[in-house]
Amino acid sequence: MVEQMVTIKNRAGIHARPAALLVQTASKFKSKIYIEKDSDRINGKSIMGIITLGAGYDTNLKLIADGEDEQEAIQALIHLFDSKFEED
Amino acid sequence: MDYDTAMPAKRFTVLDLIDIDLKEHNSLNLRCIGGRKGLNRQIAVPDINRPGLALSGFYDSFAYERIQIFGRGEVAYLRKLADEGKTDTILQMFSYAIPCCIFTYNQTPDRNFFEIAEAAQCPILQTDLSSTEFSSRLLRILSNIFAPQKSVHGVLVEVFGLGILILGDSGVGKSEAALELIERGHRLVADDVVEIRCMNGNILMGSGANKIIGHHMEIRGLGIINITHLFGVGAIRDKKQIQLVVVLEEWNSDKMYDRLGTQEQTMEILGVQVPKLEIPVKPGRNIPIIIETAAMNERLKKMGYYSAKEFNQNILKWIESDSARSVYFGQEDFI
Repeated sequence: MVEQMVTIKNRAGIHARPAALLVQTASKFKSKIYIEKDSDRINGKSIMGIITLGAGYDTNLKLIADGEDEQEAIQALIHLFDSKFEED
Repeated sequence: MDYDTAMPAKRFTVLDLIDIDLKEHNSLNLRCIGGRKGLNRQIAVPDINRPGLALSGFYDSFAYERIQIFGRGEVAYLRKLADEGKTDTILQMFSYAIPCCIFTYNQTPDRNFFEIAEAAQCPILQTDLSSTEFSSRLLRILSNIFAPQKSVHGVLVEVFGLGILILGDSGVGKSEAALELIERGHRLVADDVVEIRCMNGNILMGSGANKIIGHHMEIRGLGIINITHLFGVGAIRDKKQIQLVVVLEEWNSDKMYDRLGTQEQTMEILGVQVPKLEIPVKPGRNIPIIIETAAMNERLKKMGYYSAKEFNQNILKWIESDSARSVYFGQEDFI
């Protein structure tokens, strides 16, 4: 299991489009993927779950991947956060 | 499989109490009349206290961590204290970290009391309800808020009046099954993230995590759809007790699935045992109809009619009477 803290850098936060991107990326991997905000933990392959987090600009999230391709999965997700979901 | 996520209780503040959205007979009718700086004080104990004894100067075992309710008696005593010009017990009361003071019957304390509360940054709230009515509503609401809770990844639907929590891995077809159930006249409570509270230690109440984005569903190939707009308000519900868990899973030919239904499986959620069915998914199996049938079967069971057991009893009877008959006929043949 790997964990990594990330910060949301795009101004609009995680709205529908970034959530869809996250889910599409997460679903490519076999590992189980979770995203945590404070005490809330949701399934990273569920778009409604990610939107429910209501994560705005500068929010810290914890990404958790567990499974055979966990390293690749977490790298791909971090890349999305770093590239501001191709926004801004 | 891990569907659930433990959720520690969030910090519940006085402001949350005022903001809480309650309807008609549950409404607290609270408003803040002073000590606004303290509105972010935490309410950590789901209990109330009448501070009569404290005001008279007896502070042993003073339950300061509770919400303090000032009824007619307390206000009359405060008035007497004001007339006599005494403030020491009030000052002492506010030296404790009280979450907030609530005045019932729309009563307002005197200016002196306000000043002390303001200095202590303790919020003063007011309601038009009577003390008894307010206390019972508040206790009911607090016990809901402080109930053990967690969120699970699944869909909660109401089928023939029965709350069914559909669980399963991503992409197994939970939302699609729920969509067809809605189309067949059943109701959606929550999709994807279901928040569960355990009330009274034996009732599991499920609801959506967020009012704003509630009653939307994500269907692969369609995107996000609004169930209320598409199917009408009749197709949704805000919360529902979870009475049955249906776990959808890919058909696994190595696994034994229940063929008789005489053995009951349960799943533990927050310490409550809920009947559970494992339903394998395979092309050609119409999951919504299976879930509908499961709901009706569960209702029959609750009414005392257990299909699988009854069926078996009838078979036993039949075999018995048949073997008795064959003994009888056998003898006749013999003679």
